Amino acid sequence: MYLGLYPSCYCVGWRIVADARPRTRRAAPRLILRPYTRGVGLDKGFEPQFLPVGETGLLVGPLDNAPALSLAERLSERPIPGLVACVPAAASVLIRFDPLVVRRAEVYAWVRSALLRGVGATAAATAPVIIRARFGGADGPDLQDVADRLGLAAGAVITAMCEQPLRVMLIGFTPGYPYIGPLPPALHLPRRDTPRAEVPAGSVAIAAGMAGIYPARLPGGWHVIGRTDAVLFDAGRRPPSLLRAGDWVRFEPA
Amino acid sequence: MRLHVLSPGPLATVQDLGRPHLPHLGVPTSGGMDRFALQAANLLVGNGPSAAAMEITGGGALVEIDEVGVLAVTGADFGQTLNGLDIPGWASVLAPAGSTLALGGRSQAWGARAYLAVAGGVDAPMVLGARSTYLPGGFGGIDGRPIRAGDVLPIGRRAPGFDAARLAGSVWPATARPMYRPSAVARVLPGPHLDCLGEAALARLCAEPWRVSLNSNRMGYRLEGGRVPHIRPCSLPSLGVFPGVVQVPPDGAPIVLMADAQTTGGYPIAAVVIQADLPLLAQALPGDTVRFQPCVEDEALDALRVQQAWLAWRPDEGFEGCLSALAGHLGSTELESGQKAPNTA
Repeated sequence: MYLGLYPSCYCVGWRIVADARPRTRRAAPRLILRPYTRGVGLDKGFEPQFLPVGETGLLVGPLDNAPALSLAERLSERPIPGLVACVPAAASVLIRFDPLVVRRAEVYAWVRSALLRGVGATAAATAPVIIRARFGGADGPDLQDVADRLGLAAGAVITAMCEQPLRVMLIGFTPGYPYIGPLPPALHLPRRDTPRAEVPAGSVAIAAGMAGIYPARLPGGWHVIGRTDAVLFDAGRRPPSLLRAGDWVRFEPA
Repeated sequence: MRLHVLSPGPLATVQDLGRPHLPHLGVPTSGGMDRFALQAANLLVGNGPSAAAMEITGGGALVEIDEVGVLAVTGADFGQTLNGLDIPGWASVLAPAGSTLALGGRSQAWGARAYLAVAGGVDAPMVLGARSTYLPGGFGGIDGRPIRAGDVLPIGRRAPGFDAARLAGSVWPATARPMYRPSAVARVLPGPHLDCLGEAALARLCAEPWRVSLNSNRMGYRLEGGRVPHIRPCSLPSLGVFPGVVQVPPDGAPIVLMADAQTTGGYPIAAVVIQADLPLLAQALPGDTVRFQPCVEDEALDALRVQQAWLAWRPDEGFEGCLSALAGHLGSTELESGQKAPNTA
């Protein structure tokens, strides 16, 4: 495969060091991105692949979460005709398009140009959305168990949750459900062995290094440590979802 | 004008073409499971393709129409009668005021969902840009819930120049519908995670017939009767998914995501059902068998173009117009493949 080296693109965070133009119109482009700032452990870089998902989808990944969010933002700055949706997730961006309006090759070119404009390795911090929550007790039935398993006092778990702003890595599972993280390593726990059949709306829960907030009464496999009165999703509200992927949130004890 | 629902059957909901633009907020597409039959029903009664209709699962519905109107029932054949007389499916019918439409049970070896469209469309409130019911989220349609006996569905205003006499009696040709049949064969494209499922996974998926399990609904079909094993453990970070995606959980029993599917998932994707063949799966009930067949992207696009050309039909045009449009579409495909056009970039 021909690997033509292009002048580096000096962008926030990542630069493209290799950029193979696709040989045929159908083939996916091949890009290698490296961090702009080199340093110990920082220069692993990545090669986002362009993976077709059916005739209407394109998955771009793997990417770290911050570049995925940044790419989704870049893409939404200049939408193309035929674009149906763009879903940033933990380590990828899914693009849905109408293949009778826009050809796959055009979608590739559009994503490539967004990557060339630069995707951030770290997010510019914006004002966090404050989520006031009651931790422990009936609102957070798993708090003590979580503390025991982590070898911390319950108060220390709350402090660790509330200490710093955290990022909404993606919205998924159910309308408005935020996957918030990554949590500090001290709070990393696997999911519950037995999921609960029902978790009340507003429950703040943690698992797999992330926090989530249940927008409605739902089944749940995460450890419920608190509850908020914030309305995460309301189909009749504009916008319907309190949070979007890429937002920052900060928990505060109520 | 109103529809009085005397009996909704096992499950009936209000559906239109759904909310395809909101997956980034976790909002599923929803909408009709068989989008082709839904659009055809609308076009037969002179509605736009995106008007709302009643999706009737499993038949058994009884509906009264309070004023004279034009209606059409498409999709599954549940042996529909109007005031006790058989009426054809996939055809527009003039219903006198006070008519009762009854749907029985499955009358062929296939069929799960029928679409009842009425000229003017079901006038449920717009929620997030659509009238579709999303049952797990409790919004859209009639207060986000299934239609119940005793519900009264308002029907919207008909388009100016609406001519019931001219519309009634239109029939959607059987040659311009998806290939509905028992044990539907849905074409699939390879998924992005065959590295952890093995290249043989696709062949495995396409080799045997699968039974739609009882644990299936508008969100997805769990398939029984075989296994697509993981060749190595694979833990994927959550990624965007959509209707048609075939996920394989660690137990090896595939799940086909359908209209109400969650917007993200963490299981590897073995294959993706092409959009043009989703209506075939939508017509399978739990207990039915379905098959998969591998195809290539050009085939998926051609199938979509053919359906788009069929759906370009309007009642007052006749089918000649849409067939010539189809010839035009397929002509341009040949050019796009790059073989005949010398100057493609």
